[in-house]
Amino acid sequence: MSNAATPTNDETFARIENSDRFRELKKRHRSFVLPVAVLFLVWYFAYVLLADYAHEFMSTPVFGNINVGLLLGLGQFVSTFAITTWYVVYANRHLDPIAEDIRADEEATIDEGAKR
Amino acid sequence: MTLGEPLLNISIFGAFVAVTLVIVFRASRNNKTAADYYAAGRSFTGPQNGTAIAGDYLSAASFLGICGAIAVNGYDGFLYSIGFLVAWLVALLLVAELLRNTGKFTMADVLSFRLKERPVRMAAATATLAVCFFYLLAQMAGAGGLVSLLLGINEAVGQSVVIAVVGALMILYVLVGGMKGTTWVQIIKAALLIVGAGVMTIWVLALYGFNLSDLLGAAADNSDAAVLEPGVQYGLTDLSRLDFLSLALALVLGTAGLPHVLMRFYTVPTAKEARKSVVWAIWAIGIFYLFTLVLGYGAGALIGKEQILSAPGGVNSAAPQLAFELGGSILLGVISAVAFATILAVVAGLTITAATSFAHDVYANVIKKGRVEPNGEVRVARITVVVIGLFAIVGGIGVQGQNVAFLVALAFAIAASANLPTILYSLFWKRFSTRGALWSMYGGLASALVLIVFSPVVSGAETSIIKDVDFSWFPLTNPGIVSIPLGFALGWLGSITSSRREDAAKATEMNVRSLTGLGAEKATKH
Repeated sequence: MSNAATPTNDETFARIENSDRFRELKKRHRSFVLPVAVLFLVWYFAYVLLADYAHEFMSTPVFGNINVGLLLGLGQFVSTFAITTWYVVYANRHLDPIAEDIRADEEATIDEGAKR
Repeated sequence: MTLGEPLLNISIFGAFVAVTLVIVFRASRNNKTAADYYAAGRSFTGPQNGTAIAGDYLSAASFLGICGAIAVNGYDGFLYSIGFLVAWLVALLLVAELLRNTGKFTMADVLSFRLKERPVRMAAATATLAVCFFYLLAQMAGAGGLVSLLLGINEAVGQSVVIAVVGALMILYVLVGGMKGTTWVQIIKAALLIVGAGVMTIWVLALYGFNLSDLLGAAADNSDAAVLEPGVQYGLTDLSRLDFLSLALALVLGTAGLPHVLMRFYTVPTAKEARKSVVWAIWAIGIFYLFTLVLGYGAGALIGKEQILSAPGGVNSAAPQLAFELGGSILLGVISAVAFATILAVVAGLTITAATSFAHDVYANVIKKGRVEPNGEVRVARITVVVIGLFAIVGGIGVQGQNVAFLVALAFAIAASANLPTILYSLFWKRFSTRGALWSMYGGLASALVLIVFSPVVSGAETSIIKDVDFSWFPLTNPGIVSIPLGFALGWLGSITSSRREDAAKATEMNVRSLTGLGAEKATKH
């Protein structure tokens, strides 16, 4: 079992948590996901509030029967797809290599600790 | 009035059931351990799981409900689909991978990881069961409505029989196939649904020379010029605008707290595959919602608001009527079968989630304190599946003809107020404590339930469940705007006032595991 609470395991996790590699991984993860989460939530609620309270603005025709509201709504789709792709590229480049490194170095230790 | 030929509709649906049953039986051969039964041996690939997530998420409410809402209310219907989609970014960025790395089978595995295990697990299981229960009722009630439209069965007895058949099929799938069988049903259904909607979308666009502006113009001419602008449904009063804000909040924060969605992340071998699943799901779900935009306005243009509302099934009949208009009874039969398959697949996913949570969290870890004989847990899960299935059948017959949308909105509001705060706090906030978790989960759950009971949904309005008495004092139909901030606030307040020292070693382990995937549950080998 992976979560067997042997002293070796606890020590290993504590050592990893204090390592520079792990700190860097955590920093890179949080400094991406938290600001981006704030960003898309603000954009989503700005859109919702406009749709809810600024009917005239949203009904402004842009071309043909397409109005501002429809374009902003489709913009939510575009931003969702874009953020998804952005995160995947970021994670593949900046998060996965460190996580894989830590795993490759420690997996053996953890397995041994679990066997005791 | 019935659309098309009921016999044809039934036989296409029968073919779907036959094919999926064969697949479920084949897939079930390798169901040996708990990891096999609950998490399909963690052996699905990201793309497979992503398709299954789409299959789990795009319920009949999404398909029939949103198409109809766009056809009748225009732009306001479109707003739903945006909330349902953007919500996935919360799951992608903040929840999916960390959850996969830390947990085993259920949401409670993660929430109770570094806190006092039994009370937190019990609270998480309670919230899980509550969300599943309301979602399940909504799906079963939807099945009844669909029947009257597509099979021409209008009397209550006939509809009850169909609900019972859907329930029995679902029990069979989940009992035999476990998570693996359920996943395959969802994958097949998602493919059928997206391809079916895609074909109809191209068809509608072709009729208007692939010019979206012309299609919108025709919808405005044929139904109501206001359908292109926001506000038809929610813009009437200040209260209805606030209600919309509340709904928007519940939609965007609810998804990442839905237990049946979270559980799907355990069916893949690694966190990286969990990420890939969400990416696939976002594309599949997003493209599907773009289809519904065209289909909704297409139904408004080709059929018209009046005719949609006067048909049996009302708003929900927009998509089936459009299918009939385009491709006659054959296309209608296919689309109806897909709609039934949708209900079946979503119901199966909910049932296995509820059964897993009961067997793994309540029975094995809270009642038996982790001392269960091998296979004891899965046996309990199978019994639970049958019990939940029977509940769903009885409940589904009971809520026939009720306002279905509120049940789904309630499930989202509970997920966002009871589950999401604790999920985010336990993954991102070191000081989060047992007391914070309990206050947040029980407080979020209770406030959402209480506000719904005393809202116009239950009493005091024309569309209420109880019509003759009025005990409502909460003016909104969705509790999210109050209960979600309350859930977050209680989690914070409980934590900063708590004097209990949480297990620091466990917190360290969770911190390291969630980000690195060290010691995460691996795929079972056969």
